[in-house]
This record gives sequence, C-alpha cells and structure tokens, in this order.
Amino acid sequence: MADEGAQAPREEQASRQPVSAARRLRYLAPMFLFVALAAALGVQLLTGDPGKVPSALIDKPVPEFALPPVRGFEDAGGFATADLGKGEIALVNIFASWCGPCRVEHPLLMALAEAGTVPLYGINYKDTPDDAERWLGRLGNPYTLMGADLDGRTGIDWGVYGVPETFVVDGAGRIRHRHVGVLSQYDLDETILPLIEDLRG
Amino acid sequence: MRAMRWALLGAACALWLGLAAGPGLAFTPDEPLGDPALEARARALHAELRCMVCQGQSIADSNAPLAQDMRAIVRERIGGGASDDDVRGFLTDRYGDYVLLDPPVKPETYALWFGPAAVFVAGAAIAFALVRRARAGARGAGAEPLSAEERRRLDTLLDDDDT
Repeated sequence: MADEGAQAPREEQASRQPVSAARRLRYLAPMFLFVALAAALGVQLLTGDPGKVPSALIDKPVPEFALPPVRGFEDAGGFATADLGKGEIALVNIFASWCGPCRVEHPLLMALAEAGTVPLYGINYKDTPDDAERWLGRLGNPYTLMGADLDGRTGIDWGVYGVPETFVVDGAGRIRHRHVGVLSQYDLDETILPLIEDLRG
Repeated sequence: MRAMRWALLGAACALWLGLAAGPGLAFTPDEPLGDPALEARARALHAELRCMVCQGQSIADSNAPLAQDMRAIVRERIGGGASDDDVRGFLTDRYGDYVLLDPPVKPETYALWFGPAAVFVAGAAIAFALVRRARAGARGAGAEPLSAEERRRLDTLLDDDDT
C-alpha cells in the first residue's frame, strides 16, 4: 500500500506556480531563527565557567566583621572592617590550610608581599588554630593583617563559597573585584594589578 | 508474597544503613529547632536555597560544610523571629539571587519566566493563522471540483486501501 502511494503521479507538483524569492525567504526564516538561537545559546554554553558566580557584593562596602588573630601571629592583632577603607587599596585573601589550591597560590602571595605593591590581608577560613599556625609557620605568612574566621560566619558575610577567594577593596572600603579560585600570575598581571592602577588613578 | 520479600529486603537495607551511619562517621546531624512550626519553616527554606558549593543541590540535600553552615544560619534566624523573606534577603545580600533555586520574578528574569509562554502563544497564533488561511483558500478559488481523471485515480487509491 505504501509502495503504491509512492508511485502516485507527481505532475500536480510541477503544475504549481514557481515559488517567489520573498516566499522562499519566509520558508527559510525558521531556520535562520534556529541558527541564531543555537549560536546565542552555544556561546553561553561554551564560554566562561558556570561554577563562577559573580559577587553580590561588588561596589558594596565590605561587611562588618572583627576577627581575632590567628594563633601564633598575635603580634599584628586581628583583622576587622576598620582596617579597610582608610584611603588605601588592599587585597583580601580568604584561605585555609585544608584547601589545596590555597597552597598553589601561596608562593605568588609571598612574592606579592615581598614586592609590596599592595597591602595583602588574610582571612583564615574555618581552620583549626593548630593547622593554621603550622601551615603559615612552614610556608611563610604573606599577610600584613590576618584574622581567624573559626566558624566561617565572616566568610559567609563576604559571600565566600569556595576558598581561595581574593577581593580587591578600594580606598573607601568598597569591594571592587572578586576572584574565585587560585590566583595566577596571569590574573594578577591582567586583571588585579591593572584594576589597582585604575583605582589609584 | 513478592511484596513481603521486598519489604524484608527494605528492612534489611534500612537496618544496615542505620548501623553504618552510627556514631564515629563524619556526618553530623543538624540540631533541629525546638518549635516544630519554626523547624518546618526552616526546612522549607533549606529546600529552596542553593548550595553554593555543589550548585545543583539545595542546602537541604547537601552535606557540604558550607551548606551545613547555611542551614544553621537559616535556623538561627528563623528561631530569632526573622520572616522567610528576611532570611532570603540575608542570603541574597551575600550570594546574590543565584542562591535562590527559584529565580525571583523581576525585569531581568522576565524572559526566563514569560519567554516560554510567549513563544507558545506566538506559535499558536501562527498555527491558527495558517490553518485559517488554508481553510479560506480551500473554500475559495482554490477549491475546484475533482476532474473525472482525478476522481478515477482517487477511487483506485481508496480501493487499494481496502485490500
């Protein structure tokens, strides 16, 4: 039955009037629409890291916090909101001894501290005092000021969801940039340091 | 009989899990709120807040340390008399709308909320217009009666169908 149908004469189709160019374009419109949509979605799908969430705190003042010093590093005192926004741009780095990537970026932070381009402050996130002391003792302490966020509440106030995170805080105490994950020399040279230059005007 | 066997198997699994999850494992159960009504509200909120570490899960489903901390914060605030919106506000202030598993309805999300319905309505309108035009065409000049030749071919085709 299906075969019979396939053999049905086709003259009828040939007798139709030719399709005008405008009409043909209209038939193609859905395809163009599809291609445009696929391209737009494809770009979104393939670029950027979906795991990276923009900070809700960009251009907002740093949260209120006052952290005690990390054990073994009491000399510099703790780290609090009042230490930021005193006219000087600063980097705030959130780290922990239990965090592997923090160890990866640590030498870069040491070099940054050595160079003294920008003050570097640290928040030791959900660490035990013992571990933090041992980690910093062995690898070195790049932070001018450092506070221990033992219960992680200050981290949550900063919107932290994965250590390490690094924030650029301007002279007025507003958060201007957030970097999630390991800080690389490239991030520093291409994003962070130029931004600091910009902010210094 | 079969149901019985499944029930027994289920009970055995439950028993095994119960033993396996005994004290000494890293999992620390949350401390529920004393008031069941408040606890129910806290749990409802847990289910609608995103675990920022795992991202595909709610904080109710996740055992990530950050999710535990967020659950505790929700309980603290609910227990302290905060409204559900206060708690949502507290977390969106820190993590943005992304922390809500259901994106809020606002101008930036109109396309998300109303886009599918708009596409559906547009599609229905196009389909309706096409059908109406086809019908109008069939009723009008396009509808010539079948010629004798066409009638004959149609009959053969229809007859073929019966065999």
